[in-house]
Amino acid sequence: MNRKEYSLGLRRGLPVGMGYFSVSFGFGALAASQGIRALDAALISVTNLTSAGQFAGLTLILASAGLWEMVLTQLVINSRYALMSLALSQRMGEKIGLLPRFFVAFINTDEIFALAMSRQEPLTTPYLLGLGALPIVGWTGGTLLGALAGSVLPTNIRTALGVMLYGMFIAIVVPPAKQERPVLIAALLALLCSSLFAWVPGLNRVSPGISIVVCTVAAASVCAMLFPVEEDT
Amino acid sequence: MSIYMYIAVMALTTYLIRLLPMTIFRKPIRSRFLKSFLHYVPYACLSAMTFPGILTSTGNVISGASALIVAVILAYFGRSLITVALSSSCAVLITQWLLALAGIG
Repeated sequence: MNRKEYSLGLRRGLPVGMGYFSVSFGFGALAASQGIRALDAALISVTNLTSAGQFAGLTLILASAGLWEMVLTQLVINSRYALMSLALSQRMGEKIGLLPRFFVAFINTDEIFALAMSRQEPLTTPYLLGLGALPIVGWTGGTLLGALAGSVLPTNIRTALGVMLYGMFIAIVVPPAKQERPVLIAALLALLCSSLFAWVPGLNRVSPGISIVVCTVAAASVCAMLFPVEEDT
Repeated sequence: MSIYMYIAVMALTTYLIRLLPMTIFRKPIRSRFLKSFLHYVPYACLSAMTFPGILTSTGNVISGASALIVAVILAYFGRSLITVALSSSCAVLITQWLLALAGIG
């Protein structure tokens, strides 16, 4: 195990871990307010490691929905991870074997994926595992603490904590969009598409999970046709 | 039904979505289109999730928009992930306080 690569990964993952801590605090507080036990809320976070999927899953648990409904909802909301895993798999290259992939797949969240993809140097297993370590701790710890203490926070603080997730997404997209015009166009196209799904009558009945996948595929396809990346990247 | 059954089903589904593409497609993709497509996926996906969701997430379009604007400006000037996220939270708090003060919130 290369300790230097692992600690580099840890350091890169620290801000994500801190961000996750505050975002998952909101999830924990919400779960507890609906009568889920704190340890059960933490168990959801440590086994799922996903924001939108967990919020949707919590809703289904509270509604005593069928298990097939749970499978279908997670498939739709989290199908973007299939695209991300495919992209990350390519970026990892053939040197990284099968076994590490079982671990890397588990930690492939939106933010960790974006950090891994944006690394200039080749990806290594210790680096990737380091990258995932603190986010897991932050996500689970934040959930636990939020479930235990969230109910004492006033509503306006909880509302404000809720936008942190979006803030993190914006912090990931804007810098590369500033440097690469095609990335900016991909982001704007996706945003336009999701606005149509949100506001056009009829289209707004489509579930958010499906509209995210449709918009991602559409925007990325258009940009791949208009602005193909260099052959060696 | 036991909550643990739900958690198990939910976790397994999410994990398989992440695992299968990473273990099955390990050979490099030759297609230039597919490579380019995968390059744009994260940015397209995060953008679609953020907008317009952020506008309705606080229950008030004005405070949601303030979070968006603050985050985009700070990210444009290269501030860190945690600074951007916390500042957008503060923007919501301040805006809602101002709106309440003006009697609109």
